[in-house]
Formats: sequence, structure tokens, C-alpha cells
Amino acid sequence: MKFLEESLIALDVEANSPEEAIISTGTLLKNNKLVEETYVNAMVHSFKTNGPYFVLAPNIALPHARPEDGVNEACVSFVRLKTPVKFGHSYNDPVRLVFGLGASSSIEHVTVLQKLMALLSDQENVEKLLTAQSYEEIKPLLGGQE
Amino acid sequence: MMKILCVCGLGQGTSLILRINVENVLREMGIEADVENTDVSSASAEHPDYIITSNELAQSLEGHSSKIIIVNNYFDTNEIKTALEANLA
Repeated sequence: MKFLEESLIALDVEANSPEEAIISTGTLLKNNKLVEETYVNAMVHSFKTNGPYFVLAPNIALPHARPEDGVNEACVSFVRLKTPVKFGHSYNDPVRLVFGLGASSSIEHVTVLQKLMALLSDQENVEKLLTAQSYEEIKPLLGGQE
Repeated sequence: MMKILCVCGLGQGTSLILRINVENVLREMGIEADVENTDVSSASAEHPDYIITSNELAQSLEGHSSKIIIVNNYFDTNEIKTALEANLA
């Protein structure tokens, strides 16, 4: 399980479309060998097929695909967009915080989702994620959840 | 027992987050229910008492026999609680 480690986080990434934002989070997972290229493509495909339902809360998107699309390990990456991007969600647009979920079929899948929920259910954490200047500022938000 | 289905596009991540929060809220409300999660195409073949999903996916479930409850912010347990209170008979 890999959850928001330093190599899985990129701050202030330029993206001009939802697809670019999704590919950016997926590429972080792929570069860390946590998912295959096929999974990144499936993340984009899911958006095109099912729409922006994975924009879960104001500012926050959780693009993902299925375990069988090529996941090696349960994982979550994080991209903060330099400028907000509209995903087409009627209530939660625009998006600035994109969490790429590598959905595995293992029990760790539930664990990473619970860690993510613990992080994002607290509005103060969301504010800090929106303004943090570095990974060092984000790291304390993730601690104490092991 | 009351049956509730949390629905998202793939039935993997989003609906599971919703399900965990719905279960927590129901426990708080003292309501017993059987809560499951699945993807939108499987959902059309199921007949739970309630389906909880986003506005985006509710449109593709139009005409479904289950009562549809819409939640916009999946991390806001207050919104989930309000939606459940307004809709559960």
C-alpha cells in the first residue's frame, strides 16, 4: 500500500482539461510502478464514459478505474492543479485537488480509502492542502493514521 | 430489513466511500439497514428500497423502481444525514 508518499505528490501542476488532470495523477502512480499504463488510460476512459461523478466534494476529484485495468498495489497519488479545472460536475466544480486512486481488490483498498476519508472529511485539512507550499506542510496531515 | 445501495460509475472507490459514510450516519441515527455498493449498470438490475448516488448518475437511473437519494458532497456527513432524514420513510 502506498498512500500519498512524497513521490506520489505534485503541487501546482498545469492542466487545461479534466483528461490532463487525470493523466497527471495516473502518471504519478505509473512512474512509481504502482499501476500500468493501461490503468491510466482506463481512468480517462471512465471519465469519458461515466462522467464526472467522482468529483466527490467541492474542489476534490478521485479519478480511478477497476483493479483488473492494471493495478499492482493499492495506492493514492495527489496532484494540486495550478488553476482550477471544470470537470462538468453540477455542484462540486471547479476541481483543484485531484487524488488518483489505484483501486486494488485487496483489503488494502479499503484501508487506503479510509485513510483518504479521514484526511478529506476534515475541512481544515482540505484548506491546508489548497495552500501548502511544500510536501513538508502536507506530511503532518497524513501522520498518525497508521 | 431496509436495503440501501450506494451507486457509482465503477462500483470500486466512490460508492465504497459513500457506503462507509452512510453506514456511519445510519448508526448515529439508530437505523438498521443492509447497505451495499455497486456500479451504475449493475444497479439497474437490482431493487433495493433506496439508491444513494450523485446527481450526475441519478439521471442514468431515471425510472428505476427504487427511491433515489442524491448526495453532492460525499465527505459531508451532515449533508448525508439531512438527505437520509428527508427521504427514509
